[in-house]
Amino acid sequence: MAERTFQVYRGSDDEGRLESYTVETDQGMVVLDAIHRIQAEHAPDLAVRWNCKAGKCGSCSCEVNGHPRLTCMTRLSDYGENEPITVTPMKAFPVIKDLVADVSQAYRNNASIPRFRPRPRDADDGWRMQQFEIDRAQEMRKCIECFLCQDVCHVLRSHRKHEEFIGPTYLVRTAGYSLNPIDVEDRSEFLRDAGGIGYCNITKCCTEVCPEHITITDNAIIPLKERVVDRFYDPLKALVRLVRRR
Amino acid sequence: MEIPERHEHDVLVIGAGGAGLRAAIAAIEAGASVGLVGKSLLGKAHTVMAEGGMAAALGNNRPEDNWQVHFRDTMRGGKGLCDWRMARAHARESPDRVRELEAWGALFDRAEDGRMNQRPFGGHTYGRLAHVGDRTGLEMIRTLQDHAVHEGADVFMECTVFRLLVVDGRVAGALAYWRPTGEFVLFRARTVVLATGGLGKAWKVTSNSWECTGDGVALAYDAGAELMGMEFVQFHPTGMVWPPSVRGTLVTEGVRGEGGVLTNRDGERFMFRYVPEMFEGDYAESEEEADRWVEGDRVANRRPPELLTRDVVAKAIVAEVEAGRGSPHGGVFLNISEKRSPEYIKAKLPSMYHQFKELAGVDITTDAMEVGPTTHYAMGGVKVHPETAATRVPGLYAAGEVAAGLHGGNRLGGNSLSDLIVFGQRAGAAAAEEARDASLAEIPASELSEAVAGATAPFARGGGRNPFGLQEELQQIMQDKVGIARTEEALRDALEDVHRLRGALDSCSVDGGRAFNPGWHTWLDLRVMLTVAEAVVLSALERRESRGAHTRIDYPDSDASLGRVNLVIRSSEGRMVTDAEPVSEPPAELRQLIEEGV
Repeated sequence: MAERTFQVYRGSDDEGRLESYTVETDQGMVVLDAIHRIQAEHAPDLAVRWNCKAGKCGSCSCEVNGHPRLTCMTRLSDYGENEPITVTPMKAFPVIKDLVADVSQAYRNNASIPRFRPRPRDADDGWRMQQFEIDRAQEMRKCIECFLCQDVCHVLRSHRKHEEFIGPTYLVRTAGYSLNPIDVEDRSEFLRDAGGIGYCNITKCCTEVCPEHITITDNAIIPLKERVVDRFYDPLKALVRLVRRR
Repeated sequence: MEIPERHEHDVLVIGAGGAGLRAAIAAIEAGASVGLVGKSLLGKAHTVMAEGGMAAALGNNRPEDNWQVHFRDTMRGGKGLCDWRMARAHARESPDRVRELEAWGALFDRAEDGRMNQRPFGGHTYGRLAHVGDRTGLEMIRTLQDHAVHEGADVFMECTVFRLLVVDGRVAGALAYWRPTGEFVLFRARTVVLATGGLGKAWKVTSNSWECTGDGVALAYDAGAELMGMEFVQFHPTGMVWPPSVRGTLVTEGVRGEGGVLTNRDGERFMFRYVPEMFEGDYAESEEEADRWVEGDRVANRRPPELLTRDVVAKAIVAEVEAGRGSPHGGVFLNISEKRSPEYIKAKLPSMYHQFKELAGVDITTDAMEVGPTTHYAMGGVKVHPETAATRVPGLYAAGEVAAGLHGGNRLGGNSLSDLIVFGQRAGAAAAEEARDASLAEIPASELSEAVAGATAPFARGGGRNPFGLQEELQQIMQDKVGIARTEEALRDALEDVHRLRGALDSCSVDGGRAFNPGWHTWLDLRVMLTVAEAVVLSALERRESRGAHTRIDYPDSDASLGRVNLVIRSSEGRMVTDAEPVSEPPAELRQLIEEGV
């Protein structure tokens, strides 16, 4: 048992400060445990979002020493004994209070994605798919909507293009639909326009922070970009379409 | 009291996990306008944590499987106390409900022939759980969430209902507060569906999140509904035991479904010694037979005893630890590394792999896990009509974990996710149907003022007890005195403790403002948790026998006469009282099915 001091952001979007709290720490503790101990012993009104405490729900996302992290999966032992630990809310979003970010825009972005639309059933009891056909889509479906990729994406974090760009989380969601072998919806126009996929310049920061290890850039965003290019910017295909229309 | 923010819907669904989402979809399909209120962000409800899969007799892996076998397994697993009508509806309808998810975008793991794969689980005769690795709940909630949003549900996230409003004996809506701002909001509705989930947060070692405070149980009780089977709290046999900060975190039954074995300190596969009489002959009798089954020969061999029902496995683990044969940190060993390749384990149990690697520093592809029982699920809850999910209060419905009846004295793994979608659908459809002929009631202002004054009282007090301390005390009491093994003496003690804590609630104070204030939220949750705790303790005292998940050290055997009754709780002159009500007898052909098999 050692005492440890944490710097925690307290305040709103307009004004806030880092407060210092010291608590006992136990073996195996994660950052979220420390926040809860601070709540119970020093600051019962310290706001933090959390649910499962097992890396499955994506609620407790914050920045630990400036890095986007699930606080429930970040062990104190990952930091040196005397290394300071600073916990702040996700920077890409407005702050509601303390460590809680306002992610409502993300839910609006999600609602704008054209919904899943399946082809007719292959048989009375549903569809037939081979596992290898769905592996890639299942990779996308692992997303726990923790928004860490949104947080690190410079289009959102630095340029605040939340209205113009749905961001990596929802490109992953879109890919989850579009890579489903029975889906028949064409989302290229959405991706190009409302989705703002052109804003992504594939710096791969999103892939690096994904706690589910989804290869966001390579397996979600690039294939979707290719679909948009194929659909709208392939001169040969444009010619074929033009001829067909006549 | 004027509440400036007001909303009106035909159907108000409280709770946005699997049952609430499915109820909302069903109500919308039936033409109702639907408000969906959840305490967390959408998609974060406890359903997201479900791991192993959902049980449905699709017959994909074994053509012999059908609703009758599933019905029989459920009834036997529930130790005589399941409502047979609910068990029949569940077994019959779950295949359609599961296939429907696929039509809405869910992608389940496949069998060789391209249909959904089905995994074996405890108490199920055949491999029956449609699944996605060990993240089935995530797939389910994401699918339902997106479908509900696109269907037009009016979603209220991070909004907590703390009072059901009843006008002239009929439910008329609910009063809630926005968690981010602390502002109050009034929902008026023609009918209301409770889908608030579980209550495991009242125990210290639990797989449940902060949300699982049993809100629906207390809301329904306060509104005049009856509770049933509250003594039956499932302790899942396998939670993590080390390190201390993750004690209780769930380890999916899928580990055993995929071949994982339980051993004690001496390396003995002890489950062979714990097969109850009721299941004799259904399970492998040697390690060799169990191994052949795991390797795929499932017709000539019987399943391993690790796949006995959860009540049996949890009690066996406790017995091993008490006999001094436990693991270093007070559990037993669960090992899959000797039965499956690292690649297979990572493909089928990816989140278990990460969970142990990142939180415990254990590589489950090479080493054993240490596991022990953890509070997991409430079989009991609000008493409902077996077909419509209606409670005794007109206009009020309940579905999912908050409702009682389907699981009796012990729930089979995998039957919870299918419960959510079968009875979520039924409740939503019935609530929409009733809403057609129901009107919106005016809520008396006095009732709103009284509710708001009660909820904000601790702000006016200074220097009182910290709600977090009180919550911890309750969790310790429930853990020590109302845990997996109970006695009259400990339960009497617990009842006194609960009454004392209720008094202490009034001496708690809350600092800060109403905006996102966890201290205040915890105080409000405690009001609910104490009602739940009292109901559990009273029922546990009354059931003087051991059955399913309820174990009384002072009454270690089952009592046949108690096996024919459910304990029902209602409010009588301001006091909580229990009553025994007979379990409804299935018709002769179903009784024969349960006793003799298909």
